[in-house]
Amino acid sequence: MSIRGAAYVAGIYEHPRREIPDRTIWEIHAEVALGALADAGLTLADVDGVFCDGTSGFGTMTLCDHLGIRPRYVDNTETGGSSYLAHVGHAAAAIAAGKCSVALVTLAGKPRSGGSGVSFAAGPESSFESLWGISGAPHTYALAARRHMHEFGTTAEQLAEIKVAASIHAQHNPHAFLPHAVTVEDVVNSPMVADPLHRLDCCVVTDGGGALVVVSPEIARALGRTNAKVLGHGEAIKSTDNGRIDLTYTGAVWSGPRAFEEAGVSHKDIRYASIYDSFTITVLQTIEDLGFCAKGEGGRFVSDGALVAPFGRLPFNTDGGGLCNNHPSNRGGITKVIEAVRQLRGEAHPAVQVPDCQVALAHGTGGSLGTRHGSVTLILGQEDA
Amino acid sequence: MTAERPPLPVPAPKITTTNAAFWEATARGEFTLQRCAACDLVIWFPRRTCPQCWTEGIESFAASGRGTVYSFTVVRKGSGAYKDAAPFVVAYVELSEGPRVLTNIVGCDPADVTVGMAVEVEWHDTGEGNAVYRFRPAAG
Repeated sequence: MSIRGAAYVAGIYEHPRREIPDRTIWEIHAEVALGALADAGLTLADVDGVFCDGTSGFGTMTLCDHLGIRPRYVDNTETGGSSYLAHVGHAAAAIAAGKCSVALVTLAGKPRSGGSGVSFAAGPESSFESLWGISGAPHTYALAARRHMHEFGTTAEQLAEIKVAASIHAQHNPHAFLPHAVTVEDVVNSPMVADPLHRLDCCVVTDGGGALVVVSPEIARALGRTNAKVLGHGEAIKSTDNGRIDLTYTGAVWSGPRAFEEAGVSHKDIRYASIYDSFTITVLQTIEDLGFCAKGEGGRFVSDGALVAPFGRLPFNTDGGGLCNNHPSNRGGITKVIEAVRQLRGEAHPAVQVPDCQVALAHGTGGSLGTRHGSVTLILGQEDA
Repeated sequence: MTAERPPLPVPAPKITTTNAAFWEATARGEFTLQRCAACDLVIWFPRRTCPQCWTEGIESFAASGRGTVYSFTVVRKGSGAYKDAAPFVVAYVELSEGPRVLTNIVGCDPADVTVGMAVEVEWHDTGEGNAVYRFRPAAG
């Protein structure tokens, strides 16, 4: 069974604020849920499937109690920042199986004003990874960046080009946390956080959240809105491989082909890509692993404006991405789907709207390139795609 | 125990039923690895079931304590126990026996660490009956 065409993303909402000290995360969940349902032309009474991550309370159980809803299908899939892309794939499969027809996906978090608040039980690796002063995502992503540089000659300037492209887009987003264009020099001259990653190689830290509403084809037709059809989905876990971790590639080498095969499209069909951008190196490796260029060629690929909308070879993250716009709850997955849907609807900012954007890709990377992560690729299209 | 500059904190590991044998051996200055008796796979980190053939016949042996730097970073701002330790080096060391392990590189200027550099283990006493492994440039 394929999920191609089995579901549509009918509602999207990105919380407009980037620092929200005056709301709890449950209030933010509710606010973004109502926002996405209003965008779709639906209400909470229509929701019969609920999807959220495992970062707070009992996830869907706590959320349903708070919202006062009684869904017939729930999913707490937790793959870090890529969770929400997995939720869309899972929602489409559940809809195809008749388990639900209006699926709500929400994300909320406050790492900027309230600390990350996320604490998972120690895994079996903990005693061998927690002793070395690794206290933030940059420390392990830096290991991946260093090894990529060593094997392929990737440079700090090439990584910086990714931030530059995101910042060019962010200028047009009034909600962006960093709304100003930066140069390669700005990036490589910003303070070093963990060699070879500079401060501007990192995403922003923001409060906020977002929500998606995924519906059956019948409901999508009845809503009369321009909706994004789910064409394909692939997911994968890349682990430390029993101590043989290879830091030069991501789980996108598996999730990408699965999504392309299900969607029945090829790389040349992809007009826009939301690429998870926790760090510049995350984007570079993902572009290679999804097959937009050969392994090791990412540095050259991004160096000639390829990522800049609307006319680059692969316009990416036209909202400014996690690198400049928003990385709510330290997780960029839901905003990746939201901007892809905006592009397919023709509702991105006119300065960055890709002309005739019929097929778009969104990719999430949750966890760490330096240890273990969950990769999820979604391919979405216009109605006739 | 070799002192370094500045000395890094020595946090004690959390002992579990799976990793207790590994940490007990550190008190003797032994870096132990596991090997699957059925398929011969050298295993990292310790577990009771082989992650390749999924049998439970796991044996331990003393590893060489030598390897090379697979990748590294220089952390510029630490936190928690490492609040005042920066700059310090976090690395993956590829052990001679195969596994790549997270650790710190000590005993040299962070600026002198390179990918591929030969390193050897150095033990830092936690004061709780075991020691943590770090790696320094190999002698000779």
